[in-house]
Amino acid sequence: MEYSEKVMEHFTNPHNVGKLDDADGVGEVGNAKCGDIMKMYLKIENGIITDVKFNTYGCASAIATSSIATDMIKGQPISEALKLTNKAVVEALDGLPAVKIHCSVLAEQAIKAAVKDYYDKNGIEYDEAEFHFNEEHHH
Amino acid sequence: MKVYADNAATTKISKKALQAMMPCFETIYGNPSSLHSVGQDAFHAVRDARITIAECINADPDDVYFSSGGSESDNWAIKGAAHLMAKKGKKHIISSKFEHHAVLHTLNALEKEGFEITLLDVYENGIVKPEDVKNAIREDTALVTIMYANNEIGTIQPIGEIGAICREKGVLFHTDAVQAVGHIPIDVQADNIDMMSFSGHKFHGPKGIGGLYCKKGIRLPNLIEGGAQEKNRRAGTENVPAIVGMAAALKDACDNMEENTKKLIAMREQLIEGILKIDLSRINGDREHRLPGNVSACFEGVEGESLLLYLDLMGISASSGSACTSGSLDPSHVLLSIGLVHEVAHGSLRLSLCEDNTPEEMEYILEKLPPIIDRLRDMSPLWEKIQKERTK
Ligand SMILES: Cc1ncc(COP(=O)(O)O)c(C=O)c1O
Ligand code: FES
Repeated sequence: MEYSEKVMEHFTNPHNVGKLDDADGVGEVGNAKCGDIMKMYLKIENGIITDVKFNTYGCASAIATSSIATDMIKGQPISEALKLTNKAVVEALDGLPAVKIHCSVLAEQAIKAAVKDYYDKNGIEYDEAEFHFNEEHHH
Repeated sequence: MKVYADNAATTKISKKALQAMMPCFETIYGNPSSLHSVGQDAFHAVRDARITIAECINADPDDVYFSSGGSESDNWAIKGAAHLMAKKGKKHIISSKFEHHAVLHTLNALEKEGFEITLLDVYENGIVKPEDVKNAIREDTALVTIMYANNEIGTIQPIGEIGAICREKGVLFHTDAVQAVGHIPIDVQADNIDMMSFSGHKFHGPKGIGGLYCKKGIRLPNLIEGGAQEKNRRAGTENVPAIVGMAAALKDACDNMEENTKKLIAMREQLIEGILKIDLSRINGDREHRLPGNVSACFEGVEGESLLLYLDLMGISASSGSACTSGSLDPSHVLLSIGLVHEVAHGSLRLSLCEDNTPEEMEYILEKLPPIIDRLRDMSPLWEKIQKERTK
């Protein structure tokens, strides 16, 4: 197994690490099997993600995906953030080893969970189906 | 600073081994089976290596067989003994829960063939109880296979006691001594060992070479059919340089064992003491009955792969039994076998030392480790939860 330079770069110096005390949406997802947890904090103004921070307990690819995924959605409208797929995250990292693909799914799910939390808190209606994810689906 | 602390994975080849090997490439390049003098030189080199190794484990050189390493020896001994005893209607094998995969996967394969496997508990301290072995032995028990020392947590098993029980009950006894040979004194006769696996690269010999001690009278089925090498049981032209290198490395390790052990235990205890100062840390496995160079620790709220890679960035090579390093998404079966829950096993770190390490290197590890753990805990939602629960 080998990590790309990009993965090592984001793992060594992850961007957007931390918490937002005044977050508008917080999402936490876990990988029941390997036990990893990712927590995403979003600051949202006029439908734009103005700030994002994460906390992750997991392997190097979990940390690197958290870092790059938060970079990718920062400054974006919610609608764009919701379109972020784990595939796009993996591509942005110049690939992940096959056994580590599941780690990238966590980032996608954490973002969705945080947006859902924001919608719930603000009484914004949404299509449940879009947020229906099965944590185990990648196994 | 560069610190190699993963000697249980593999070791650097020793100067003595390298020196002994070089002539095997340059001048002693003959085939040991050839009758001319070039071949005879190689024949003598292999014979001498076998004698040297036999002396190190108090065996008869006739009972030492060369193989490609620990995995091959384990496969050969276990499958061979199982098939040998099956002919007498004995199809029950006793082993332990925390054996190396070379043993466990071999046992799985035998189970599919119809053998019945009993895996003994290793308890919280990571040590098999001899009375459990005694109680598990049945009329139809073909083999007992218990490792000499565990590769992850370093615990040393009561092999002498288990050997005596097996001998008394007339059951074959194999031990995977890959982590023990060259590290602690071993006497196959005093320990009543029938078969024992070892591997060159774990004691500063070359990789891809190992051996099996198999006591006279135990007629294991041939592993490889072909020429007459290894008394017809494992055919193929010998890897002369590797065999010679392994013997030189083992002799060196055994000649200096007492001195090395003292040095290693001092460094091991230095590390353990420093590690236990870290909040919510633990040392895995018995504190006393463990390999001189093994430190196995867990840090709650930290994931092992990240820890290992951040240490690597500081020049420190270590290993982890975390789920994320396993590729299978399950934490190491060894850590689970001693009763650790998944979350704790997930934060495991193994530092395995050799005599080339120094106390200064231990200081360096103890200087670099705590800030890395703090950094990982700072970004760990699990640590946040642990902290919240503690303040409750
Ligand atoms: C206890 C144990 N058994 C077997 C092996 C396999 O040895 P080898 O790599 O020589 O096949 C190892 C090495 O990882 C080991 O630690
Ligand atoms: S987070 Fe566990 S394998 Fe990546």
